[in-house]
Amino acid sequence: MTDIQTIRSTLANLRSDGETRLGGVADLETLAEVERSILGKRSALAGLGAALKDLAGSERAEAGQALQQTRQALSDFARQVRDELDRRDAERRLVEERLDLSEIACGSRRPPLAASSRSAGHLHLVTQTRDELEETFISMGFDVVEGPEVETDWYNFEALNMPPDHPARGMWDTLYLRLGSPETVLLRTHTSPVQVRLMSKGDLPIYSVMPGRCYRRDTPDARHLPVFHQIEGLVVDEGITFGDMAGVIEVFTEAFFGEGMHSRLRPSFFPFTEPSAEFEVTCPICAGAGCRTCSGSGWIELGGCGMVDPNVFTATGIDPERYSGFAFGFGIDRLAQVRTSLADMRALLDNDVRFLSQF
Amino acid sequence: MLPGDFKISKRKMRGEVSNGMLCSPAELELNYLGGSDGLLVLPEGSAAPGVPLAEALGVHPDVVFDIDVTPNRPDALCMAGIARDLAAALGEKWSWPSTPMPGAPDPRVAVAPIRVDAGEICPRFCATVIEDVPGGPSPLWMSRRLTLAGMRPISGIVDVSNYVMLDVGQPNHAYDLDRLGGAGLSVRRGRDGETVRTLDGMVRHVGPEDCVICDADGSPVGIGGVMGAASAEIDDTTRRVLLECAYFDPNAIARTGKRLGLGSEARTRFERGVDPELAGRALERFVGLLRTLDGGDKVRFGATAEYRDPVHTPVAPVVGLRTGRVNSLLGTSLSDGDVERLLTPLGFAVEGNGEGRASVTVPTWRLECSREIDLVEEVARMLGYGRITRTLPPSRKRTGAVRSAVADQRRRLRGALVGAGFDEAWTTTFISPADLDAVGIGPAAVQVDNPLDANESILRPSLLSGMLRALRYNTDRQADDLALFEIGRVFHLPSGDADLPVEEERLGVAVVLPRPAGRDASVEAAVRTWVLIADALRLQDPVVAAEPAAGLHPGRAARVGAGGVNLGVVGEVAGDVSGAYGLAGRVGWLDISLDALVGVARRDRRAQEVSRFPAADIDLAFVVPDTVAASTIAATLRLGGMRGADASTGDRAPGDTPAPARPGARSPVEGVTLIDVYHSPELGEARRSLTFRVRLRASDRTLDDSEISQVRKSMIEGVARLGAQLRS
Repeated sequence: MTDIQTIRSTLANLRSDGETRLGGVADLETLAEVERSILGKRSALAGLGAALKDLAGSERAEAGQALQQTRQALSDFARQVRDELDRRDAERRLVEERLDLSEIACGSRRPPLAASSRSAGHLHLVTQTRDELEETFISMGFDVVEGPEVETDWYNFEALNMPPDHPARGMWDTLYLRLGSPETVLLRTHTSPVQVRLMSKGDLPIYSVMPGRCYRRDTPDARHLPVFHQIEGLVVDEGITFGDMAGVIEVFTEAFFGEGMHSRLRPSFFPFTEPSAEFEVTCPICAGAGCRTCSGSGWIELGGCGMVDPNVFTATGIDPERYSGFAFGFGIDRLAQVRTSLADMRALLDNDVRFLSQF
Repeated sequence: MLPGDFKISKRKMRGEVSNGMLCSPAELELNYLGGSDGLLVLPEGSAAPGVPLAEALGVHPDVVFDIDVTPNRPDALCMAGIARDLAAALGEKWSWPSTPMPGAPDPRVAVAPIRVDAGEICPRFCATVIEDVPGGPSPLWMSRRLTLAGMRPISGIVDVSNYVMLDVGQPNHAYDLDRLGGAGLSVRRGRDGETVRTLDGMVRHVGPEDCVICDADGSPVGIGGVMGAASAEIDDTTRRVLLECAYFDPNAIARTGKRLGLGSEARTRFERGVDPELAGRALERFVGLLRTLDGGDKVRFGATAEYRDPVHTPVAPVVGLRTGRVNSLLGTSLSDGDVERLLTPLGFAVEGNGEGRASVTVPTWRLECSREIDLVEEVARMLGYGRITRTLPPSRKRTGAVRSAVADQRRRLRGALVGAGFDEAWTTTFISPADLDAVGIGPAAVQVDNPLDANESILRPSLLSGMLRALRYNTDRQADDLALFEIGRVFHLPSGDADLPVEEERLGVAVVLPRPAGRDASVEAAVRTWVLIADALRLQDPVVAAEPAAGLHPGRAARVGAGGVNLGVVGEVAGDVSGAYGLAGRVGWLDISLDALVGVARRDRRAQEVSRFPAADIDLAFVVPDTVAASTIAATLRLGGMRGADASTGDRAPGDTPAPARPGARSPVEGVTLIDVYHSPELGEARRSLTFRVRLRASDRTLDDSEISQVRKSMIEGVARLGAQLRS
């Protein structure tokens, strides 16, 4: 009953018949049905496949190949139909969902979140801390200045008395960008390059603070984030002394943390300041009595400070014999963490609304 | 109770009740007493029953100070250095650790031949042969101290070598002389393509920048100042040692160490700067300590072969110091004598001229003190920071402090958004390459060269992916009513020849509302947020104009702008995009550039008098083709039907030219509000009905009916020109 000629003509018929039926389909549901009836287990095509076993070896191979081709052609055709239907569907949805957004803008002034059960929102804890710091410094007569987050090696290191290969560069694990020559363009590791930009402008005297986002190649943990915020301050004027620095830090400590809160300085090292110091403030949790936050010492280390190194003045075109100055800086996120007794700093980046709405 | 809160109690061991336990050194955290495999057996007769273990072992309670030594103080990277600083601060006398005198070099011990061909990176090199070195471990007291200092005891000789480094600060290297080819050492620069197998088993590629220590046959036995090679390593059979004490150029060591990514105790010290005159002291200590080993009394040592580069060996600087400078920088009133008294105990030799100037000779262990300011710091440190009187800057030329316009605008925005119910988020600046794809932004973005994680290798060119992730974090925690905003920088590739990317501050607002609020609620909220912002910042002529945007639903996206400036986009995040971040609900999105916003014209600040006369409201319903935006109709109505500049902010029909407004005429239209949108097939193909409420009011009179109907007529005619008919 079967010979190769009959099979070939049957296949040709099945193919043209199948394509006609698929071509007529108007929706995805019907397509699935039609596909099943043409290519499925109970289709004529499948039946023909079963009949092949009656053929002689060489003919069977030939017929099998022809059957496979037909099957392939039909399923390709079905895919084309599906793609077309998908496209039409998306288009239909688009038309159906199209909204003239200007209608909303022309409508009556309803609050944006009228459909929500939310009331007032909350500024991020870091923003609140930063705002508060800015307010404090403005009241002390400091301008607020910002600068780029991506910097050149010169602004971030070299002008700050850290030539290439300087071992102190190891104090900052730096993220470099694939721009310019290797290791020349980087994400600032501190906001100090803003100081360099300010000093290079030569508009003296300078009484400024520079808050902003900084980056270090640090694995995040409870006390460190690779993306964090810092605020630094810079004073450059004639006759500025170490005593002035200690005084300004003390005034800030009282203004920001409240009455009875004090500061103290301990020797430290930064390549861009000399003498350098770490500054500690009365622990804001226990007010100096000693607690877990301050490891019982009554003090917490807040940041670093020091007299601007003469090399930094020279690099930025300021005469170190005529002018002197000091700089200080600390982490905003870290300060927020200490003040709120936040166990894990990573919560700052989760943006969990249950956390955000606490502040 | 054992370390680790392990309680010794009565238990059955192999059927026998045991009230105690035999312990290994490891269980007692006394690893230096020997391997952790066996039990700790006390030497016979050392402990009568009843004697506490600590007493039997001679162990006293320890206080281990963890001192964070700043990079400018390599002299304090050893016990003697810390003691020296402390003695100066406390007014105590200080001396080097006492060592049993090693005696004179033994003339029968050979002098090792040395040869230095790289004096500029290795200006000092000393080698001494030591014979009859005992094998076996170091004494208990030494291995215990090493353990407490964070080092692992290894063998007698290695322990002595480490001890000398920790004790007096000289990194040194002990070679097995019998394994050195030619029984001597030479120092040269590395050669291109040369490799050294270091003690840690790694094969290191060195080059002409690096200092290589070789045996007398010229094969490398170490990378100078960084790490020794595996070839001439000390072991239990070593009887003859060649001890190397050198001084390397700090910059050269820093470069080599960084390039090879190879850290070591030696590198840490050499790259910060070791005392170049320490070798003799270190040798003395080394031999003296070797003699404390079991069988160490036979140790003999030969004369030291010494190299000193005449040009590159650092000499102690002599620094000029002005007392006036000290006082003007510190705010103190110290005398010449005060300054001298503060500096001398640290080893500085101060020679004053009696007129406020001194020549200060710096000790060889403080070579980094090469400038006047370095001495000022020493004075301040020794005086005590707390003893400097606190003052405030003189502030002669200061004016009022200011915040920038950008910062001001940012605050205003935050205030408006928080007031409207939005929570502020901050998301990381880093996104993954997959994010770029997911939010439909091209592959061109700023890449991080050395990211911590491949998923954080791109600087965000948009806030969208970070905000979608923040929403997801919350929906995963059963929150379905979310309104977040973020203000932050995004980064674009540099323009032209610039190396620095373009940084732009943007505002992103993302809203997800509960499902019952309806399918349009989220996008509506986003558009209303724009209206709110435009009002809060008093923007002139704010616009919402349909336009597709990357990542947004093509039928629900618009450009927003004001004063003729494009500011950003508003709309609904495309379903496949929010789906890619695991968000099932619809997300409303507003994204504007704050850098562009700051330059946009604001509404006039001059007060407008409000009219005392009554208003007349008229409602007008138009059948409007879908292609005409409601804002276009509203603009025409606002002009009282006249075509004017206002209408151009919408989608103006081609050929539509503005008519000149009558001079002096003020539109009586006070406000136009869309109050109803109605869709129905009855309205015709691709049309909807828009009902506007127009409020008319004159500033100087009550409008009469004829005026009102004239305006009405003019409005209907104006709107008809846009292809919209009054609905009957």
